[in-house]
Amino acid sequence: MKSLGSIRRDFAPWNDPNAKPYIQFDKVTKKFGEFTAVNNLSLTIFEREFFALLGASGCGKSTLLRMLAGFEEPTAGRILLDGQDLRGIPPYKRPVNMMFQSYALFPHMTVEKNIAFGLKQEGMPGPDIEKRVAEMLKLVKLEQFAKRKPHQLSGGQRQRVALARSVAKRPKVLLLDEPLGALDKKLREETQFELMDLQQELGLTFVVVTHDQEEAMTMADRIAIMDKGEVMQVATPAEIYEAPTSRFVAHFVGNVNMFEGKVAEHTANATRITGATGAEIVVDNGGKAAAGSDIVFAIRPEKIKVSSKKPADAVNALEGEVYDVAYLGDMTVYHIKLDDGQIVRASALNASRVTEDPLTWNDRAWVSFRPDAGVVLTR
Amino acid sequence: MTDIAATAAPSTQTPTLPARLAKGFVNRLVIIIPYLWLLFFFLIPFIIVFKISLSQTAISMPPYTPVLDFSDGISGFLAGFRELNFDNYTWLTQDALYFNAYVTSLIIAGISTMLTLIVGYPIAYGMARAPATIRPTLLMLVILPFWTSFLIRVYAWIGILKPEGLLNQLLMSLHIISQPLVILNTYTAIFIGIVYSYLPFMVLPLYSSLEKMDYSLVEAAEDLGCPPIGAFWKITFPLSLPGVVAGCLLVFIPAVGEFVIPDLLGGSQTLMIGKTLWNEFFSNRDWPVSSAVAVILLLVLTIPIMFFQQAQAKAQEQGR
Repeated sequence: MKSLGSIRRDFAPWNDPNAKPYIQFDKVTKKFGEFTAVNNLSLTIFEREFFALLGASGCGKSTLLRMLAGFEEPTAGRILLDGQDLRGIPPYKRPVNMMFQSYALFPHMTVEKNIAFGLKQEGMPGPDIEKRVAEMLKLVKLEQFAKRKPHQLSGGQRQRVALARSVAKRPKVLLLDEPLGALDKKLREETQFELMDLQQELGLTFVVVTHDQEEAMTMADRIAIMDKGEVMQVATPAEIYEAPTSRFVAHFVGNVNMFEGKVAEHTANATRITGATGAEIVVDNGGKAAAGSDIVFAIRPEKIKVSSKKPADAVNALEGEVYDVAYLGDMTVYHIKLDDGQIVRASALNASRVTEDPLTWNDRAWVSFRPDAGVVLTR
Repeated sequence: MTDIAATAAPSTQTPTLPARLAKGFVNRLVIIIPYLWLLFFFLIPFIIVFKISLSQTAISMPPYTPVLDFSDGISGFLAGFRELNFDNYTWLTQDALYFNAYVTSLIIAGISTMLTLIVGYPIAYGMARAPATIRPTLLMLVILPFWTSFLIRVYAWIGILKPEGLLNQLLMSLHIISQPLVILNTYTAIFIGIVYSYLPFMVLPLYSSLEKMDYSLVEAAEDLGCPPIGAFWKITFPLSLPGVVAGCLLVFIPAVGEFVIPDLLGGSQTLMIGKTLWNEFFSNRDWPVSSAVAVILLLVLTIPIMFFQQAQAKAQEQGR
C-alpha cells in the first residue's frame, strides 16, 4: 500500500462526505479600522480533530482564534460551533476554553485555585471541584505544586498549569495560542507529544495557533496555512509537505527547490517541462497545468540524489558543480550550482558511516530525481 | 554592597585594594545621603519638637522653659534636663477636646479616603484602559491642577459652595432646588475639599498598578466563565491592591492633619486636630501643648502604618 508521507493516525473525517462539521468559519471577515486581519475566510474543523493554524505573525491566525473564543466579533460572516451560531455570545458563555500565549495565570492564586477558577464559575459543588482539580494536577504531573503560586514555578510548569486550567472545564473545544512558544527547544519537543497524548486521552477538539511549522507538523491532524488573512491550503501535514498547491505553501513549509519553466507537452502519463535556461524535466503528475503555460516545478532537497557520474537509469539528471557541502551528522546538505547558474539544494541521509561517493567543493556532480519526486505548481 | 564588589571582582580583573575600598565607599555614600536627609530634616526636628512638648509654657523668648543650653555648664544643662516632664501629655488626656479632635480627624480622614478611592478608581481604570497614545495626555490632566496654588484652589471652592455661590445658582436656575443648599461650613464641604485636593494622590498609584496589569488575565477569567463584573472583583481589584493601599495612605495621612481645608470650608465649628494644633500654637501661644499634640498625631499615624507594612512584608514573604 502506498501513501503520501506517513500516516499519523486512522482519523480522517474530512474525507468523509457525511461527516458533520464541528466548527465552521463561514465567509468570515474581520477588520480593525482599515486593516483587514481576516478576509472572507471559510474553514471547517471536525470533532476530536487536532487542528493547527500556521502562519507568520500578522497573518490573522490569532484573530481567528480570538473570534472563536469570543474576544472579537467578526465584521462579516458566521462562526458555527456544533451547529450553533456564536454571534453575540460573550466569551464567558461559550463552551470553549483558551490557553493563552502568556499563560495568563492569576498571580495572586495558587496553582490549585487557578485550576479551580473555571469550575467555581460553573457552580460546581466543592467536593467535585476538589476531585477534578486533583485529577487535573495528576494529568499534568504537578501534584506536589498544588499550593505554589505561579511565580514559584518554572516556565514548563506554568505551561502545564495553564493547560490544566483550560481543560479542567472539559470544554467542547480547546484553543491554544502558541502553547509552546515560551519553552526551550528540548522541552518543546517533549511537550508536543504530551499535548498529543492529552488530546487523545480527553477526546477534545484542539485548535492550535502556531508559527512553528515543526510544531504544527508534529501535532496536527490537519494544518491550515494562512497568509494575509486568507487560508492558502488546508491539508494533512504530509499533504502540505509533499503536495503543496502553491508556491507560498511550498516555500513556507520546509526547504524547497523551485525551477521556473513552461509545460512543453503532455504525453500519456508524463509531462515534459522546459526550463527557462534549457534544462528539461519530466514529471508524471503535471496533468493539471495546460500545455504552454508558465509553471514552477518544486522539489524537496531530500528527494534529489547527488552523484559524481550521471546515473544510468535517471529520467531527470542535471549537471553542475558542488558549491557548498554542510555535514550535519545525520545528513549532509549539498548546494550544487547547475551549469545554468541555479543553485540546487540536495540533502542525503547518512545511512552508513562510510560514504561511497564522496563529493567536495568544485567537483563536477549530477543531481537526479524521479518523475514523481516533485510537484508542478501553477500559482 | 562591598561583598558583591569583592566576589564579582575575580571573574574579571582583580582590582587593587584601594580601588575596591573606593568603590565600597561610593556605594555607601549613595545610601548615606537619604539617611542624612532624614536625620537633618526629620529626626532632629522631631527631637526638638519632642523636647518642647516636655517643657512648660512661659512668657518669654522662646515661649517655654527650660531652654537647654550650656551657658551654665554641664550642671546647668542637667538641671534644665531634670525639669522636663510629661505634664502636657497628661493634660491632653484630661481635656476631652483633644481626644474628640483626634477621633473626628481620623473619622473625617477615613471617610474622605473612602470617597477619594470611590471617585479615583474609575478614573485610574479608565486611564489604564485608554489607548496607549492618549494615556500621557490623561496623566497630564490629572497632574495639571497642581500647577495652581493649593490655597487658591480651596478658596475657589468657597465661591462654588457658598449659599449664593455657583453651584446653588446653577441648581436654582435649573429649578432643581428652590432654597439654596447649605454646604459651606459643613462636613460635606470638608469632604468635597479633601476629595478634590487629594484625588491625584489616589489616582496616580492606582493608575500605575492598573496600567502594568496584564489584560489577558481578565480575558482568561472571562474565558473560564466569569462575567466581566466578577472578573473585576476576582482579578483586577485584588491585583490593584498595592495601588489601593498606597493611594489610601497618601490621602489618609495628610488628611488627618489637614488644616487649610477644614479651616476654609468647614467653618469654625469643625473640630479637627490640625485646627486644634493651630489654635494652641498661634492663639494660645502654648508651644509645649501644641508640640505634644503634634507628637501624639505622629504616633497615631506611624504606629498603625508600621504594623501594616510589617504585615504586608510578611504576606509578601509568604507569597514569594
